[in-house]
Amino acid sequence: MQGFWVPRRIVMAAIAVLIVGWCVATLNWTWLAEPKYQALLLQGVWNTIWILVVTMVLGMLLAIPLGLAQAAGPWWLSTPSSAFCGLIRGTPLLLQLWLLYYGLGSLFPSIPWIRQSDLWPILRQAWPYAVLALTLSVAGYSGEVMRGAFKGVPHGQLEAAKAMGMPRFTIFRRIWMPQAFQRVLPTLGGETVLTLKSTPLVATITVIDIYAVSSRIRQDTFVVYEPLLLLAVVYMAIAGLIVLLFRWLESRVPVKTA
Amino acid sequence: MISAGLMASTLDLLAWAPPGWGATLAEALGKSIMIAIGAFSLGLLIGIGGAYGKLYGGPVTRDLLGIYTTIVRAVPELILILILYFAFTSSINNLLLSWGFERIQISGFVAGIAVLGVVQGAYATEILRGAILSVPPGQIEAARAMGMPPLMLGWRVTFPQMLAAAIPGLANLWLIATKDTALLAVVGYAELTLVTRQAASTSKAFFTFFMAAGALYLAISIVSTLIFGRIEAWARRGQVRPGSR
Repeated sequence: MQGFWVPRRIVMAAIAVLIVGWCVATLNWTWLAEPKYQALLLQGVWNTIWILVVTMVLGMLLAIPLGLAQAAGPWWLSTPSSAFCGLIRGTPLLLQLWLLYYGLGSLFPSIPWIRQSDLWPILRQAWPYAVLALTLSVAGYSGEVMRGAFKGVPHGQLEAAKAMGMPRFTIFRRIWMPQAFQRVLPTLGGETVLTLKSTPLVATITVIDIYAVSSRIRQDTFVVYEPLLLLAVVYMAIAGLIVLLFRWLESRVPVKTA
Repeated sequence: MISAGLMASTLDLLAWAPPGWGATLAEALGKSIMIAIGAFSLGLLIGIGGAYGKLYGGPVTRDLLGIYTTIVRAVPELILILILYFAFTSSINNLLLSWGFERIQISGFVAGIAVLGVVQGAYATEILRGAILSVPPGQIEAARAMGMPPLMLGWRVTFPQMLAAAIPGLANLWLIATKDTALLAVVGYAELTLVTRQAASTSKAFFTFFMAAGALYLAISIVSTLIFGRIEAWARRGQVRPGSR
């Protein structure tokens, strides 16, 4: 810490504390005291976090076969996979989200067997479309990352495993996959932060995440900036937690140092 | 199957003349591209300044630039756009009022470019900083030792050598710029995504319009990838490819 707290940093930290103090003292934070809004804010943070976790996990489960197909698959698997990644990466997420929500949302009610199925109460809500769109987005972006990771594992490792008579799935599970993940871990942290940053888009299709809560407070109370500032702080805190989590994960993965 | 049937009957809606929405969509596409070009250029300018500041600036400049890039990269673009959009327009108006001018209406176009440019600038700073670092220091030292003035050094030695390293990152940034213009739909600016939604909800032909807009965005991304590939090949001319020796 000796290197960090040099005099100019102390001055800057003091200025930062002054700015924060000024924000707390002069801006309008009375709405934060209302229990109604506190409950809503907690609900919003919780929704943002579970959407992030669910879409990251599902998206990565899709990204692994997508990356594998592009790195080592036959042409009839690799071509559709890279076309999918190109499609997802080439169009805005907001457009994909609206296509799924408004498109499928207007198509499903016109199909009788979907309306009568047990899934209908779920499909009528907005969150399945939000989760689907974000999952596909994570799969598209991370599929490309996983392709590079699978290709980056030294070929000799796989050949050695094959020469030892290891079955193909065991090679994948014990040799290929762990080394690919070790390479991709730092990038994956960045991808998670990027996904976090795209979660507020789901508010445009009526999912109540933290962004939607802050918009509602702004509409109810006519306070313009303060909910936005709180929002920025909340997102920075979550992003910081993600960075710390991945740093911890990276420290757990043994790295061979020659 | 059903969606294919729907699309065949609603394809007329994409016609150019007024019952169709073709001309409106094309105009919105033009606005999106113009904003993306403006924001990318502004971001590049900020990035050049930022990269030089981070590498050669004083300690305070470096810390401030670090705060700027960290905040922009941790807070969602949508929220930055909202904060900057309101803050930018109201602070310009306050400035004008305090100088005794009339309040002006800032067009969504200018505000969009300014806001997305500030966001792009943070990423461009990091990309250009990395690219400048990839130039062998001996080259710059040699040029200094020969007494080359700083501007000429930048133009003749640093710039040509960093270009090859910077192009892939900048190409990615340009694609992000084209896609981030869609976020301006949320603040009500009539770019391609918002116009598409208006057209879709008026005509109820959701798949037709969203897929048409998707095809337009995809076309931009494919054409840009080709162009940037050409530029990168040009920037790498004269470099020895690994494995060719």
